[in-house]
Amino acid sequence: MELRDGDIAKLDDLRSALQQMGRERGRLIPILQRVQEQLSYLPPAAIELVAEHLQIPASEIYGVATFYNQFRFNPPGRHPIKVCLGTACHVKGGDIILENFERKLQIEEGQTTPDREFSIDRVACVGCCALAPVAIVGETLYGKMQPSKVEGIVLRVRIEKEQQERDQCGHEPSPPADLPATPAGS
Amino acid sequence: MSPLPQQTYQRLRQEADRRRREFAEFPGPRIHIGMATCGIAAGALETRTAFEEALTEFDIPARIHPVGCCGHCYAEPVVIIDHPASGFPPIFYPEVNAGKARMLAKLFLKEGDPRLEHILGATVANDLVPSVMEFPRFNLERRMVMEKCGRIDPEDIHDYIAEGGYAALAQALPRLPAAIVEEIESAGLRGRGGAGFPTGRKWALARDAAGDEKFVICNADEGDPGAYMDRTLLESNPHQILEGMIICGHAVGAQRGIIYVRAEYPLAVRIVTQAVCQARELGLLGRAVLGAPFGFDIDVFQGSGAFVCGEETALTRSIEGFRGMPVARPPYPVQRGLDGKPTIVNNVKTFACVPPILENGTEWFRAIGTPSSPGTAIFSVVGSVVHPGLVEIPMGASLRTLIFDICGGIPKKKKFKAVQIGGPSGGCLSEAFLDTPIDFDSLTRAGAMMGSGGMVVMDEDACQVDVARFFIDFTQKESCGKCTFCRIGTRHLLGILERLTQGQGREGDLELLGQLSQDIQTGSLCGLGKTAPNPVLTSLRYFREDYEAHVNEKRCPGNMCRPLIAYYIDLARCARGCNACEGCCPVDAVFITRDRKRGIDQVKCVKCGECVTACPPEYNAVRRVSPPHLAPVVERPPMGENSSKLEAESSTKLG
Repeated sequence: MELRDGDIAKLDDLRSALQQMGRERGRLIPILQRVQEQLSYLPPAAIELVAEHLQIPASEIYGVATFYNQFRFNPPGRHPIKVCLGTACHVKGGDIILENFERKLQIEEGQTTPDREFSIDRVACVGCCALAPVAIVGETLYGKMQPSKVEGIVLRVRIEKEQQERDQCGHEPSPPADLPATPAGS
Repeated sequence: MSPLPQQTYQRLRQEADRRRREFAEFPGPRIHIGMATCGIAAGALETRTAFEEALTEFDIPARIHPVGCCGHCYAEPVVIIDHPASGFPPIFYPEVNAGKARMLAKLFLKEGDPRLEHILGATVANDLVPSVMEFPRFNLERRMVMEKCGRIDPEDIHDYIAEGGYAALAQALPRLPAAIVEEIESAGLRGRGGAGFPTGRKWALARDAAGDEKFVICNADEGDPGAYMDRTLLESNPHQILEGMIICGHAVGAQRGIIYVRAEYPLAVRIVTQAVCQARELGLLGRAVLGAPFGFDIDVFQGSGAFVCGEETALTRSIEGFRGMPVARPPYPVQRGLDGKPTIVNNVKTFACVPPILENGTEWFRAIGTPSSPGTAIFSVVGSVVHPGLVEIPMGASLRTLIFDICGGIPKKKKFKAVQIGGPSGGCLSEAFLDTPIDFDSLTRAGAMMGSGGMVVMDEDACQVDVARFFIDFTQKESCGKCTFCRIGTRHLLGILERLTQGQGREGDLELLGQLSQDIQTGSLCGLGKTAPNPVLTSLRYFREDYEAHVNEKRCPGNMCRPLIAYYIDLARCARGCNACEGCCPVDAVFITRDRKRGIDQVKCVKCGECVTACPPEYNAVRRVSPPHLAPVVERPPMGENSSKLEAESSTKLG
């Protein structure tokens, strides 16, 4: 995926921030975590920067980064959706929740919607097993999920975004027909 | 001359006591809110805001005291209100949402009515309100490691010191390191990470290992899906873990400690990092711990989410900046670990056990639990139980006590089927094992494992083949790929199990599963591969009939495997005009039959089960069957006819 303008500025920040950090091998994972914190994923350009800083080949960094689940190589959506598939969530039907998000957004787990609004990931356990099944959308955790709640959650995020855009533009409220069309029955 | 650790500690204690008195002498009510991840997930932040707003609005001079998690997850968000002026003892309120918070602020804090219909009980024995200690969920527990969780503010070191925290460290520092190691050894403490290696022996090996530089690592890479006690401890009482680590550092002669905590636990990372800073400020970490000639410091390292990094050699490789792949032992990390230096790797709970042991003595510790496994065990009991949550019980208690007495048994009058212990490394035990005592050796003999303490209870609707598939799917993804049997063997196990759950099982599959499982156990280097087939082996042994039904009849006895089930609507029970199932169906598979009842289009149905939840209990018309051909066929009426019926129906409703 192409870098966005904001990301290029962040890469410059990163270059200067790296100068403050140690160059020993043990710093590799903390540095990658820092990069991902700032850019929300590890673009190839950032890996090159880290490789140069630590004086190890980029291939070696990819070797380490792909080993760990935390690192991602494509940008997440603005509202990342994480569906918990730990034991308790599995027993209570977490995979059905995941499927419903996939169907609703027409993407698969690990992918991002073309408008970069949503991405879907599975997580092993978020440690809220008593609330199973659990899904996290953006920063909000939804416990005791049900398949029929999925549509409402997605719609709420879309309406909130619409609302924000309207507030920012200062336009008059647009007629309901302007609401983003959600594919019916998909 | 530098002051003795005891004297330095006394000064810290006086300061903490002063702050505690100030809090205790405050005349107004005090509100304790459980604010760990689970509480926040259940809405504790909203509860707190609601209290704050209500206190301002009704002008009540009360204090809010954020505490950690007390383990009662079924009752989250938990609030304890201590309102001395009302004449009532401190009262435990479960499930306090924003509305309830406002109501309590007005009626209890302002007007003095504790609204007894909303309480769980008082936290102390008294004459007015029944105490929670009368309930088995409370009085059968034995809290040692989690004693202070939910009572203190994890973000305030003084709160921990006022409860007697760091006293064990002050006592330990003037003593000889060898004496401390000996005390831990004679207490019989076994590592709480799952395997149960004697902690004292590990410490003795590290102390005797050559080298000036040694490391103490706290393993908080809790990757087991379904276990969250380490997270709770880090979020609710981080200082007890730090104290254990510092004592360990003194005992084995290490200068540096590292807490390896999962990056997926952002709150735990924040709280433990803050705890380390506070400990440094008070001189509990640094060049001279409590003024003693002993320097020790702790760093927090965030693990990046690889299950195999719970294995000690993989964990140290990960800290060094490499892929977290286990290496052959010996040499053990206590001889050559991080950067080739002697390294102690212990679990969070192991370190948390150390201060209480030193404070109360080995006799006290050995009196709890069984002779071979003294002390307590913490389980996260989840799944089909009435009161899920964290439970700390003495070792040796039976599974029946834990599941039925403490956690309230199976909800909805369903029957108990299985309990999965120890996560992906453990096994599924059947009803016959309910009276097995819980300790390291008995569980291993039964084919399960203490593991990290995750426990998932399953009722009659659970399918053991699907559960085994779930765990193999997990270990197959998390296998680091070093050993062929673990890398490829788990892949094949998964393939066979997937076939079974899709109704494509073949004769001979079960024998193949057993054989392959044994080969993986023999051919793997680390604990991940050696224990990965446990879920398959135990379920094959104890629930063979489940497997046979999948292979021979293409039937899922638990009605869980979706390719093997079908939903249909019992037309004798379905009510005309009710639209609940049609409204909730995410794929529009529900249609209107000729006589205006509802039917399910089997081609469109994705078997999510939402219509079962939606169907009103007085009709209870949606049925689930396995194998799918048992579902009666209901024809969908042609389009035109259907729509005219619909119009007729809506016009009658309007009329």
